[in-house]
Amino acid sequence: MHLLVCGGTGCKSQESDQLKEKLKKELSKQGLEDTVQVIMTGCFGFCEKGPIVKVMPDNTFYIQVKPEDAEDIVEEHVIKGRRVERLLYTDFNKKQLRIALRNCGVIDPEIIDEYIARDGYSALGEVLTNQSPEETIELMKASGLRGRGGAGFPAGLKWDFARKNEADQKYVVCNADEGDPGAFMDRSILEGDPHSVLEAMAIVGHCIGADMGYIYIRAEYPLAIARLKIAIAQAREYGLLGKDILGSGFNFDIDLKYGAGAFVCGEETALIHSMEGDRGEPTLKPPFPAESGYMGKPTNVNNVETLANVPVIILKGADWFSSIGTESSKGTKVFALAGKINNVGLIEVPMGTTLREVIFEIGGGIVNGKKFKAAQTGGPSGGCLTEKHLDTPIDYENLVANGSMMGSGGMIVMDEDDCMVSIARFYLDFTVEESCGKCAPCRIGNKRLHELLQRICEGKGEESDLVRLRNLGEVIKDTSLCGLGQSSPNPVLSTMENFPEEYQSHVVDKKCTSGVCTDLLEYFIVEENCIGCTACARACPVGCISGERKEPHLINPDTCIKCGACMEKCKFDAVILK
Amino acid sequence: MKKIKSLADLLRIRDEQLTGLQAREKGEVAEDLVQVKVAMATCGIASGAKETMEFMTEALEKRGVDAIVTKVGCMGYCYAEPTIEVKLPGSEPVVFGGVSKEKADEIIEKYIKGGELVDGIIPVNYETVD
Ligand SMILES: Cc1cc2nc3c(=O)[nH]c(=O)nc-3n(C[C@H](O)[C@H](O)[C@H](O)COP(=O)(O)O)c2cc1C
Ligand code: SF4
Ligand code: SF4
Ligand code: SF4
Ligand code: FES
Repeated sequence: MHLLVCGGTGCKSQESDQLKEKLKKELSKQGLEDTVQVIMTGCFGFCEKGPIVKVMPDNTFYIQVKPEDAEDIVEEHVIKGRRVERLLYTDFNKKQLRIALRNCGVIDPEIIDEYIARDGYSALGEVLTNQSPEETIELMKASGLRGRGGAGFPAGLKWDFARKNEADQKYVVCNADEGDPGAFMDRSILEGDPHSVLEAMAIVGHCIGADMGYIYIRAEYPLAIARLKIAIAQAREYGLLGKDILGSGFNFDIDLKYGAGAFVCGEETALIHSMEGDRGEPTLKPPFPAESGYMGKPTNVNNVETLANVPVIILKGADWFSSIGTESSKGTKVFALAGKINNVGLIEVPMGTTLREVIFEIGGGIVNGKKFKAAQTGGPSGGCLTEKHLDTPIDYENLVANGSMMGSGGMIVMDEDDCMVSIARFYLDFTVEESCGKCAPCRIGNKRLHELLQRICEGKGEESDLVRLRNLGEVIKDTSLCGLGQSSPNPVLSTMENFPEEYQSHVVDKKCTSGVCTDLLEYFIVEENCIGCTACARACPVGCISGERKEPHLINPDTCIKCGACMEKCKFDAVILK
Repeated sequence: MKKIKSLADLLRIRDEQLTGLQAREKGEVAEDLVQVKVAMATCGIASGAKETMEFMTEALEKRGVDAIVTKVGCMGYCYAEPTIEVKLPGSEPVVFGGVSKEKADEIIEKYIKGGELVDGIIPVNYETVD
């Protein structure tokens, strides 16, 4: 028998270490230390109900177990085989559901047979053998699957447009550019389950009437590229790509196109230009790719994660898929959790899961038990969600209504030590760097936005700058040519909306309350820590530290030149920046 | 590899795979062997999954354990890489995190050989569609 005690950060902060010791003690009291092992585990994803104890092999789940409960668990459960009712937890509703990631971590991505064993290519077979393209498109429409690459456009509708545009040649493109800082969902899918994307592309090809597909992938993803190449070769050998697939007369093949890693090349029109060998600059829509895309032919562009959902939907049906999620957003979404969160990693949750569940249950809470401040979704195009949004179900519409967006699925968590003005500046750094420069509002406007933020962070901001930030941001949104510019002010506008007091204190009091903007910080001596050794006063080059021997010292902020010498000299951590 | 010519053909291959009749290298049925899966996505490899995988493969061979070691994609636990999943014949798979060579050694000696769990288990916190 094994007693598994959660050693995840959440439970550890609630004495799970002591609990483990107590359990061991109780066991040895009974002479059971050799027959029953106490094992520390990682987070169970139930941190709010921690500490967790799981008894194996009978799979009993105990929650909120205190060290003093150890005796009961050992005496009742271990010895008498009676469950301890008051600690029992039976409501096993796992927060995560893996659909797009269903094969990641399950199959060997380099062995096509393992994919086939998990019903791989059966959806393609089904579509080619038993369904008309129209039926498949109707099924996709009914499922409610929306694009996972950012805008959330209904997939079935998009395929329908491409199908209805008559042409001698059409194309299917998989967007694997994934440029958001901190995002790696698509990479993981391609590395862990490349065949699901190939299969889906062939299905799209059949629906819209295309015989060629391209995966546009950034060259910085060598492992994903290597596994895709293997997968394509295997699928060709089996005849699952190529001519007359599964004896249906349908031909389809796939090739890779490499991107140089510019964020704007993830935008579909820029992506298509880049595929054609031109500069990766967006062009005005319409025409949409479904009308005139790659080589001027009707082209259907879908994101990796969107595609990864397709085969399962075909096999399990539209009703199954649309039973998961919210009214407007069906299925699941993969997020890459990063930032000040304990369980950094890749998660997949049904649409409608709340931010609280993501951060405090699945994500294991904030590092070092600090206070949650905000979560940025949608990367440089999105905005931040704050404490007041913790219980909002996450779906496309709710995120937009709260000044953010779904984006491709990066989720960066911030705590009380993060300065929101600096965060906004960080994202603008990125946008300014990545703007293609084609249109003035984005090229020049974002630069000005960045300068304003820089000034504010340096303590040179004025109240009128806040008005300017807002106005300029709105103008850039309204007048930019492509989605990059149209969304680039979002991080600024959303942090201004949610944390006005932080902008105020930077501009009016010249203070950065989170202690990030170094130009706004002051050296300060903490009275309780200072023993009055005078070391700092002797080191100060401008003599601005005063105080009697053995008495707390004081820094005069008006003459301090912020050289840091005092902090270096103090052996008692009494000098701080704040 | 020969071409798959129809949906029926494909389903037959799937069923062969499923029932595990497909003889593995050692001519044994996968269900009766120890199965080890190593998460080998970019994040895993960056934290040393390759070394873990090599060590596992060699050590199991040397110590005479009949096992299949395969690489798989991301299990999602980036905070606990390298991660491996171990399935002993007839039991539920168990995931271990932070599997360095030392940890791998402990897992082989204690869990794989003796069925005794060791610290570092990662409870699987998701459901997967089949
Ligand atoms: C600046 C910018 C960057 C984008 N980057 C990506 C990307 O990396 N991956 C992606 O799939 N879509 C990206 N998109 C969205 C695409 O233009 C397009 O909407 C998407 O690929 C369509 O696929 P979906 O309907 O399956 O989401 C980006 C859009 C903009 C404006
Ligand atoms: S909005 Fe920015 S990225 Fe888009 S076309 Fe204009 S300059 Fe280029
Ligand atoms: S060096 Fe530190 S302890 Fe000594 S007087 Fe200065 S602040 Fe106080
Ligand atoms: S930072 Fe430099 S100038 Fe300011 S009090 Fe310390 S030693 Fe003096
Ligand atoms: S359930 Fe124990 S730390 Fe998350």
